[in-house]
Parts: sequence; C-alpha cells; structure tokens
Amino acid sequence: MKLYEYMAKEILQNNGIPVPRGAVFTGVEGVEAFIEKTGPVAIKSQVLSGGRGKAGGIKFATEPQDAISKVQALLVTEIKGCQVERVLIEEKVSIEREIYLAITIDGAKRKPVLLASIAGGMDIEQVPEEQMIKRFIDITIGLQPYATREVTRQMGLKGREAQQIGDIMLKLYQVFRKYDAELVEINPLVVTSTQVLAADAKMTLDDDAVFRYLPEVPWVEEKTAVEKKAADLGISYVELDGDIGVMANGAGITMATLDLLQHFGSSARNFMDAGGGSSLQATAAALEILLSTKPKALLINIFGGITRCDEVASAFVQVKNTLDLKIPVVIRLIGTNEDLGTAILKEQGIESFKNIEEAVTKVISLQNGGGANVHNYQ
Amino acid sequence: MSIIINETTRIIVQGITGTQGQFHTGQMLAYGSKIVGGVSPGKGGQEVHGVPVFDTVEEALLVQQADASVIFVPAKLVKDCALESLDAGIKTLVIITEHVPLHDTLEIMAFSEKKQAEIIGPNTYGLISPGQSKIGIMPNNIFTPGEVGVVARSGTLSYEIVYQLTSAGIGQSSVVGLGGDRVVGMSFIQVLEKFEADPKTQAVVLVGEIGGNAEEEAAHYIKGMRKPVVAFLAGKSAPPGKRMGHAGAIIERGKGTFESKVKALTAAGVSVANLPWEVGPLVKQVLAQGSEEIYG
Repeated sequence: MKLYEYMAKEILQNNGIPVPRGAVFTGVEGVEAFIEKTGPVAIKSQVLSGGRGKAGGIKFATEPQDAISKVQALLVTEIKGCQVERVLIEEKVSIEREIYLAITIDGAKRKPVLLASIAGGMDIEQVPEEQMIKRFIDITIGLQPYATREVTRQMGLKGREAQQIGDIMLKLYQVFRKYDAELVEINPLVVTSTQVLAADAKMTLDDDAVFRYLPEVPWVEEKTAVEKKAADLGISYVELDGDIGVMANGAGITMATLDLLQHFGSSARNFMDAGGGSSLQATAAALEILLSTKPKALLINIFGGITRCDEVASAFVQVKNTLDLKIPVVIRLIGTNEDLGTAILKEQGIESFKNIEEAVTKVISLQNGGGANVHNYQ
Repeated sequence: MSIIINETTRIIVQGITGTQGQFHTGQMLAYGSKIVGGVSPGKGGQEVHGVPVFDTVEEALLVQQADASVIFVPAKLVKDCALESLDAGIKTLVIITEHVPLHDTLEIMAFSEKKQAEIIGPNTYGLISPGQSKIGIMPNNIFTPGEVGVVARSGTLSYEIVYQLTSAGIGQSSVVGLGGDRVVGMSFIQVLEKFEADPKTQAVVLVGEIGGNAEEEAAHYIKGMRKPVVAFLAGKSAPPGKRMGHAGAIIERGKGTFESKVKALTAAGVSVANLPWEVGPLVKQVLAQGSEEIYG
C-alpha cells in the first residue's frame, strides 16, 4: 500500500524526523490564515504517482490570494490519470544542500538496503551509479550507528552535518521496520542553516503485513471497486481492456494465458488468478466478477495442483445453473482429479479441453461468432 | 541422480494436522516421499496417515532423523516455524505458504545464512525429483523421471511446462519452484549450479516471468554453463505498473520487462520458446545438438 506524501510525513515526524511545517487542504478554507503564519509556501498535489513536479503538480506562492487561486486550480487537475483531491501546503524552506535517503528491500541480496546520495532532489533514476551509496543491512542486527558513520563518510559529509544525517538514517530504519515498509524514501532531505528536514517523502507498506499494521496507519485504496471485491475474496484481479474474461489458477499460468490470447490475435479483459481455492462460493463470486465486466467470452484455465478439477467443475455447473450465462465459455481442465472434473462437465453437456492451445483457439473462434475452424490457427 | 532431494530424503511436515498439511502429507506419501514425522503444537501424540505428530521440531528430531522440513502453516506463523526448524538443524526448508510478510521472510533468510541452510519459497509448490520423492503440493501424475531439470518462479506455469515436456516424451531429473514472492530463498543461479553439477541432468528448462531481474542474473551465469538451457517466460502481454498476481511480477520504472529478459537470455545462448508447447521440441533440439558436439 502506497501512502500519500502527507501521510508518510506524519509518520516520519512522529518518529523524530523533522518535516517542514504544513497542512492538508481539500478546499481553500483556511489557506489564507495558514499562509499568514508561514510566509511563502509550496503547494503540493497529493497523488500516488511519481514525477508530480514535472507534471505541474507543485506550485509556489507568496501572497494568500495567489495561493488560493493555485489551490483551486490544482484541485481540479488530473495528474497522470489521478484526480487531485488534496493539496499539502508547506512553508518554503531555504535549501543549502539536498540529499537522497531511502531504505528498501533488495530481492537478489535478500536484505534491506540503505540508499544514500548527495545528489538529492532530482529524479532518482538519473542519479549516476557512482553517486549512489548502497549499504546492505543484516536484519538480525539492524542498521547500527557505525554503518551510518561509514555511509556519511563515503558521502563526503563532515562534523555536525554527518552526525545529523546519520541520525536520520537510524530513525528511517526504525520507521522501515516498525511499519513493515517495502520502501521509505526521503527525496530530498533538505539541509538548511539551522536544521535537516524531509521535504518530500514516499512510503510503501507490505500488503501481506496488513494484519499487524499499527493503529495509526491510514488506509489508502488504490484498487477499483471490482478489484477490491476480488481482493476481499482472496482473488488476485487486475482490470485490462481486452475482450475475453479469463479465470485461471496461479499467477504464472494466468499471465501465460493472457499472452496466448494476444498471440492468437485476441486480448484479455482481465487478469484473474483465482488462487488455490475452488469452493463453490469462491468460484461463483469469481464468475460474477468476470461477467460484470461484460466480456465477449470466458476462458477458464485450471491446472489442478492444490486446486481440484472436480471441485471447480461442480462449482461451475452450479453457478451456470443459477446465473444467466449468455456468452460462450471455454473450460480447460487438467491435473488433480481431471477425469472426475471432465465427467461432471460432460454430464451437463459442457465440453472441456485438456490441451491449452485448443482451448485458447476455441474461445477466440467463439468470440468471433464461432465460425472459424479451431485448428486453422496452427 | 537428482538435485536437493532423492528417495532417501527424510522429511518432516510442519502444520501436518491442518487441512492442507493433512491432504498433502497423504499425497506425498502416495508419491513415495519419506515423511518421518509431523509437527503441530498441542497435537503431539496424534498420527496423520500413520505419521507420528510431535509438539515441536526439536522433539521430532529426538525421535526421527530428518533432512528436510516443509511448512504448511498460515502466513502469520511462518516466521516462528521456519526459525524453529532452522534452529533445530534442518538444512533444507520448503515454505509453501503464500502472503508471508516481507520482513518475516528477510529474517528467515538472514537466519538461514547463519545456519547454512537452503530455503525454497515462500509461496512455492515445492520441489520434486520424479520417481523418487516430492516435497510440496504439485499434482503427482504429470511428472516422469528423466534427464531435464526444470526451475521456475511460478507454480501452475511449471505444471504446464512439465506437462508439455512429459507429453513430448521428455522426463525430468528434478523440478524446483523458487516461489513467486519478491524475496525468496534459493535463486535461479543456485538451482542452475546444482543442475550443472548433477550427472543425470542433460539440459535445463528455466520458467520465468516479468518483474525483478532474476532472469537477467541467471542469464549471466548461464553464459558459463556447459549444459544447454531452454526458457519460457510469462507476461509478454502484461501492461507496465500492474502487479500480475505474484508480488514480484510487475514492470516498474521500465525494469523487469519481457523484452529485457528475452534479450539477456538469448545473448547467453538460451533458446527462448515463444509458446508453451514449443518448449518440448526446443529441448529435443538442444539435446540433439549437444550430442552432435560431443560425438559429431
């Protein structure tokens, strides 16, 4: 789960990392009073996509009237397809130096990694490799002060500044651990004549740790209504814009099924990994979700492992008898209890395939009106 | 021969009294795996399919010598169970459970390094040496013993590819599922090294997918391999920025694309199949070329 900047900053601040004075607005009420207190401000759209500055999502103002009109303008803007619903107004800080700090997870090394650079403030993709310091962290001992001293030395920092930034690194690691983060990023960490401030922040929390999120963690819904309904059922679902509704079990085989549809000239309406579950209820709910997106045809591709083909087949038969299925459906069943599953479908006059190629080409021919010979594709 | 497990491997099952634990213990026994004990706190003294159940891993190991353990417990409990068996001296640990919190996985991995143990998973179907033993949840009927090693990130896609191989008359030495999470134990490279060293394995099939750079890193290792490698990759049609089921299967900031993986693997001399059913013919082709190079 990605957090909005203002949420990430609240967490940083509560954990001892200073941030600029700021407040969140959903309208113009209170903007004037706020600016009278702070003086010149930055007005920042709160969206989850990166590259907000380049897309015109950050404005600056000195006068209250100017600030109000800029807030109004931003609140009706779309940035990379996301409607701006909130702005964060912050006091403008005078910058002496901008630093990049992040802690994330390195999948290949299987360790947390501290990333630090004196080339902060810019798009992190553009920071030259040699200016990015990487320090892998042994999670059993955590990030220790000695390691931050080494990192700040490599960054060329000295004295009080080195100490201050090292201290922020330690606090950032605490935040990373405490909130089950996949990423905590401060870019830039601004050094002024008097203090060090996190001027922008990103946080992504691990969805699989949701059961132990701390009570203060806010909730950010990134999913569409249908995706959310699927997630609640334990189904992994992504909306796409093609023609054929797809249900498969397992992420890899679902992706490969989508690839095959594309290969044979069609496209998928969705990615749906129904997972290992094959209960009647779950299958029914999955089919309802698929039908709600109005595909031209359905392709069900089950390779039974933990999933049992006979259970999927019975569930499908029952669902078919209650739902009004008007579109063609092609089912591919193979693996655990495939013979039982095939027999259950056959009894109901439903043909199933064992061969994936036949199933894919069949569904495409049916999508196109059913006239094509399914074997012509080879 | 085979890698990691064979017919002598002695296995314990953590979470043996749960629905999945019970069902798959039965399936593993039916396949011929040597399940010597199960662990389920508070259920010590019971039996599951004739397998004795213990309260702790240490207790199980006092009674039974074991080489490997497989975990079937809910995600929240995985860390505790994994650390328990590593601490008790288990050197091969298979974690089937999905949705394990990443920070828990990181702790498990750090501890496994200290204990010099190998972890397969989390979020894996496990591994199998056909005709000898299996640890995991894969269907029993699609595998056949032979000389081709298979290593994959994804579960059901491995089944699909193995099914294509078996249908084409190509048997497998071992089949290993690395797991679909962002952080998993064994990597493509570690498994490829074992296949390269295994006298029975003549060729390897790598089944990858979009996201991360595991395939690119594997390509780097494959350049120096003696044995031929065939690959199949999923996610060609996936749009960037969307997580395709697996936590790791996402194209982010232009990285982890299908094209980048195909390019790296092709440059390393890997034959990349466009379609699942091309894998079998490609394997036959590289095996024939291999024997020509040796005998021709």
